[in-house]
Amino acid sequence: MKERIQLTVNGEVHDIVVDGNKTLMEVLREDLRLTGTKHGCELGECGTCTVLLDGEPVLSCLLLALDAEDSKIGTVEGLAAGSAPHELQIAFGELGASQCGYCSPGMLVSAAALLRDNPAPKREEIRDYLAGNLCRCTGYLKILEAIELAADRVSERRAAGETSPEHRIPARPAAEHGPDLEPIEGKRGSA
Amino acid sequence: MSDRHKLNVIGTPAAKVDGLTKSTGQEIYADDIDLPKMLFGKMLGAIVPHARIVSIDTSKAAALPGVKAIITGDDMPRKYGILPVSEDEYPLETDRVRFVGDPVAAVAAVDEATAEEAVRLIEVEYEELPTAFDIDEGLAPVAEEARIHDYGPRDNVHKLVNLHFGDVEGAIERADTVHEGVYFYSGNNHLAMEEHSAVAQYGADGRLTVWSSTQTPHYVHKAMAKVLDMPASRIRIVATPNGGGFGGKSDPFPHEFCAAKLSMESGRPVKITLTREEVFYMHRGRHPVLMWLRTGHDDQGHITALDFKSFVDGGSYGSYGVASTYYTGALQTVTYKIPNYRFRGVRVFTNKPACGPKRGHGTPQPRYALEIHLDKVAEKLGLDPVRMRRSMLVDEYTMTANHMRVTSCGLDECLAKIAEAADFERVRGTLPYGKGIGVAVGSYLSGAGLPIYWNKMPHTSVDLKVDRGGGVCAKCMEIDIGQGSNSVLAMTVAEVLGLTPDDVQLVVSDTDTTPIDLGSYSSRVTFMMGNAAKEAAEKIRDMLVAAVAEKLGLNATELVLRHRRVEHHGTGEGMRFAEAVPIAEAMFGQLSSTGSYTPPRLAGPYKGSGVGPSPAYSYSAAAVLVDVDPETGIVTPERVWMAHDVGRAVNPMLVEGQVEGSVYMALGEILMEEQVFRNGLHKIPSMLEYKSPTFLEMPPVETFIVESIDGEGPFGAKEVGQGPLLPMPPAVANAVYDAVGVRIDELPITPEKVMAALADKEKGGPGRFGPGGVPEVDFGEVLAVDPVWYDQPPEDWIPTVRRGEES
Amino acid sequence: MLRLPPFDFRNARSAAEAVDLWGESEGRAMFVAGGTDLIPNMKRRQFEPPVLVGIRRLEGGRDLQTDDGLELGAGVTLRQLAAAPNVRESYPGLAEAAGQVANLQIQRVGTIGGNLCVDTRCNYYNQTYEWRRSVGFCMKKDGDICLVAPGSSKCWAISSSDSAPILMALGATVDVLGTDGPRTISLGDMYQDDGIEYLTLKPGELMTAVRVPAPGNGQRSTYVKVRRRGSFDFPILGVGASLRIEDGRVRDARLVLGAVHTHPLAVTGVSELMEGETPTLELCEAAAELAYKRATPLDNADLVYYWRKQVTRVHVRRALARLCGLEVAPGGVR
Repeated sequence: MKERIQLTVNGEVHDIVVDGNKTLMEVLREDLRLTGTKHGCELGECGTCTVLLDGEPVLSCLLLALDAEDSKIGTVEGLAAGSAPHELQIAFGELGASQCGYCSPGMLVSAAALLRDNPAPKREEIRDYLAGNLCRCTGYLKILEAIELAADRVSERRAAGETSPEHRIPARPAAEHGPDLEPIEGKRGSA
Repeated sequence: MSDRHKLNVIGTPAAKVDGLTKSTGQEIYADDIDLPKMLFGKMLGAIVPHARIVSIDTSKAAALPGVKAIITGDDMPRKYGILPVSEDEYPLETDRVRFVGDPVAAVAAVDEATAEEAVRLIEVEYEELPTAFDIDEGLAPVAEEARIHDYGPRDNVHKLVNLHFGDVEGAIERADTVHEGVYFYSGNNHLAMEEHSAVAQYGADGRLTVWSSTQTPHYVHKAMAKVLDMPASRIRIVATPNGGGFGGKSDPFPHEFCAAKLSMESGRPVKITLTREEVFYMHRGRHPVLMWLRTGHDDQGHITALDFKSFVDGGSYGSYGVASTYYTGALQTVTYKIPNYRFRGVRVFTNKPACGPKRGHGTPQPRYALEIHLDKVAEKLGLDPVRMRRSMLVDEYTMTANHMRVTSCGLDECLAKIAEAADFERVRGTLPYGKGIGVAVGSYLSGAGLPIYWNKMPHTSVDLKVDRGGGVCAKCMEIDIGQGSNSVLAMTVAEVLGLTPDDVQLVVSDTDTTPIDLGSYSSRVTFMMGNAAKEAAEKIRDMLVAAVAEKLGLNATELVLRHRRVEHHGTGEGMRFAEAVPIAEAMFGQLSSTGSYTPPRLAGPYKGSGVGPSPAYSYSAAAVLVDVDPETGIVTPERVWMAHDVGRAVNPMLVEGQVEGSVYMALGEILMEEQVFRNGLHKIPSMLEYKSPTFLEMPPVETFIVESIDGEGPFGAKEVGQGPLLPMPPAVANAVYDAVGVRIDELPITPEKVMAALADKEKGGPGRFGPGGVPEVDFGEVLAVDPVWYDQPPEDWIPTVRRGEES
Repeated sequence: MLRLPPFDFRNARSAAEAVDLWGESEGRAMFVAGGTDLIPNMKRRQFEPPVLVGIRRLEGGRDLQTDDGLELGAGVTLRQLAAAPNVRESYPGLAEAAGQVANLQIQRVGTIGGNLCVDTRCNYYNQTYEWRRSVGFCMKKDGDICLVAPGSSKCWAISSSDSAPILMALGATVDVLGTDGPRTISLGDMYQDDGIEYLTLKPGELMTAVRVPAPGNGQRSTYVKVRRRGSFDFPILGVGASLRIEDGRVRDARLVLGAVHTHPLAVTGVSELMEGETPTLELCEAAAELAYKRATPLDNADLVYYWRKQVTRVHVRRALARLCGLEVAPGGVR
């Protein structure tokens, strides 16, 4: 059944009529033509379709578009400020963190949320934060390096008093979740 | 090397030319394409593993509103197959299905949900046939009408190989020690993040365009023309940037033909994107291979003879299988001196998804067997496994017993590097119980020396076109699957013309507008396309130099192109590149050039010698430190050291990326990835249950780039995309042995196998998990081939450029 | 790509409205909160409800209070639980369990209610319609036999909740609201030995809250999850354990296993065995032996079932030893 919905994506409000059983991923790609968000399984098993929902990385293949109406959605297309790419996007390009590039959009929005909350993450923290995003090309190591490089550059800019690009990532709504702390031990407590 | 010949681009870490396009989400992959009036296609797969198709009734599907076209096998009754020797597939099967998922019909509808509903309404009546699900069943006698295919030497045997170089029996008899072993390597999936997708548009002008996430647009082009019975000149294949390939997008696939045919039937563009589950059925994963080997050694451990048998589980179609089978016997000889060699192989058809090439194509399996085997031999002889290996490596510039021409070889340096970095000799044997270290080596092709169909044409060509404004456009059918071939093309042209990579525009992967490249497989692109690009760029360079020399009255031989200038190498007198172009165009006409590359004739004098020869081989060595929990059997790799002889690192950063990616993919295969079937049905066709490593499973990797500067590679370059995968599986297995004293001779090394081996050891057994033996097979008549010369190159052999002599 | 079947979506603002909407659907609606379990199942056609009642935004649904014991709205997200400082401090096992569900993306939308009610799993069942048709449908959906235990009259799909074992070990109760009004039951009573009807909730009943008693003196808890990867995977063994150490003696030990049966498996006898004893590795080993005997994993999940049974002993011993503050094997709990 067709439903009329209002979706706020990357700060733009879209008034659209969509099939009510579509996921947010389908609506982003097919109705809004924001094809930067990819899909690799459509079952929540790979992390490729990750987008920001009120600033939090979630899987757009598991979220009904109708259920996203009251939220602010962020996609890879929203990371850049106009024609200026986000530091993370620059670093991904620079260090070869995008090989085939297919996981990059999901990886990048996750990483952007991480840097917003934790501007100088340790390598272990990056790994834990991104463990829900699969990549088959890089072995993840160049991705870790790229995020560290971007974090360093953001910090330098901040120290220099410049507006840091992570401001382009929507802020989370006021402390509903509390700090996104490290999961405690046992996190890697298995095979 | 004088400053004049200094490389300005090659060898410098640089961003990928398409890096930002990808990281900003601007790259257009096949499934991102949306054309006006586009329909969505869906295929119906068989639900039985082996059956005769009695009838297909599409009437209910046709009556569903929104359905625009339905096709079955009869609509495309011409066979295809990637290898000319095994054209055994229809896009939609006509009379028989051979695996669960084998497509029998396809529908195009206004949206995907309608197409999906429609295929469910298609009624297919099957008459089930006897099945074969594994190597033993595939070797068993079977009634003629129950054979999976009607070709091949007998029953469900697809291919037999029986090659003998030298005198293995005699050498084994004379050997100081003889060792024997049996190994098994499971099949696994490429699991590229992007699901296969194709969009086809048949226009009113009678021309067909297919955009597809394929690694081999040229082969798809050939197959499309054959299957649709259309002139190739009316078909255009555009390979879209692959969201990962790893060999899984190297065959022509049913969905590509179906999208095309459905577009022709409906008059509208049609897109078919496979679901992840369909990818598991279609992808042509790594062959499961059972292996037996016997080696003879002298008292130093040097190999005097290798006798090797492969039993290859091919799945339901030929695919690359004949080549895969030969590959399981081809490259054992290019790492160690093996004067006498015998290879016997058999590939069987089974009622499972067809297998094909995955990173390393047919070579990781025998490498697993050989490198574990040598570890065992070293232990029995009381030799250090690194020293023993180093004492018997092939020389550079030599021929192997099976006629593989080896040019540059940096394997000794690779082994030395990782042994030093891992402090191997000191560490091994001194780690506490549960910690272990292992090493292994490997080698891979820098492109197959022969094309998939025999011909004398170039394997690749690059066209360059220089715009009056100074812009350079490079055209080539190469397709970037993530490995960075676009960057290699731009960097090569930029190096020769004194530009930067982003000065070079690329037009790639389009059969209409770009000259041939055979595709992104067999690690061929850097070596072959690089040579073609270099040649094309040198032609442009020569024109520019001639024009500038004349204009400024300088000696052409003293001009160089660098820093976007054409100038005298000493004085710097000259002009900007963009100023030189119009002068040259006035002199020569439009500045265009073509460079091509055809490998030298490399095949040996025997049938089957077409698989294995390469203009150059890469070499790798790995050391791995693992933790094994003796109470649970869980293996955790903690550190990896990998040295890879890439010839010359065109872009060291991308080389590192390929090494790290290979290590990652290998670790997946070693520890968790496995295609598991139950009565022919894939048990776990999902990304959740087919386990692939996450960030958390990836250990740190220390990469060492070794440059042997190959005499025939572009700037000395060889390959890196596949080779570094090879030493990893056996290195981990050897490390597990060092950690807890058990041998896991069967991949993947899952915790229950480790526990079973530990229990075996506890009971006084050998402490091993692996296959017990191999079937008795008549491999047919032996093809005895003299090793024409071994280890003694004739005087007039190829010009050799040895280490340290490069100009 | 895989897509959802058609349905109507109704967002409820309160639990009462959600239950009313269910009633209006003539009992054919399903509730959806995070959707991380239901949506994939619907895409594979395990469920095709004509109506989905959205319960992500119920009033008070995400309240988390720790004044007297722990009181959680059923819509509290797993990430909220994993990150809440007071949960981490007073109910560490619960924070560990929530923090190990799937991955962060799933934890951010997945709820405690959803995880407690997560559908039982079986690798004959969690497959697409076409796959299930090929193998021959099983009794849990569209068929009439159990494919993992063909002689069985009941379904052997596995309880796969990470939070259930630890919450049972912590003595949790749940509030539910149905068309007949609210009721409170112990969490253990919400489950039964049937892979299909694995919950005792009545049709249309909606979990509204979870309550955990305040920790006793010296209480410790832990949750150990065994899975192939550190992310994504459902448990192939879950160990929820809680005990108190008082004056050097073990008190109130409770051990509940996940993913080894159709329901979370309370290992009876552990409390009696350990009560009042001095904690030793031998004591933990003896408790682990009880767990090992009770675990009945079958061939319907990742890794072979006999290995999963075998390591139950190891992981239970290590978990209990850690709670008792005893030395564990090098490398810690793995």
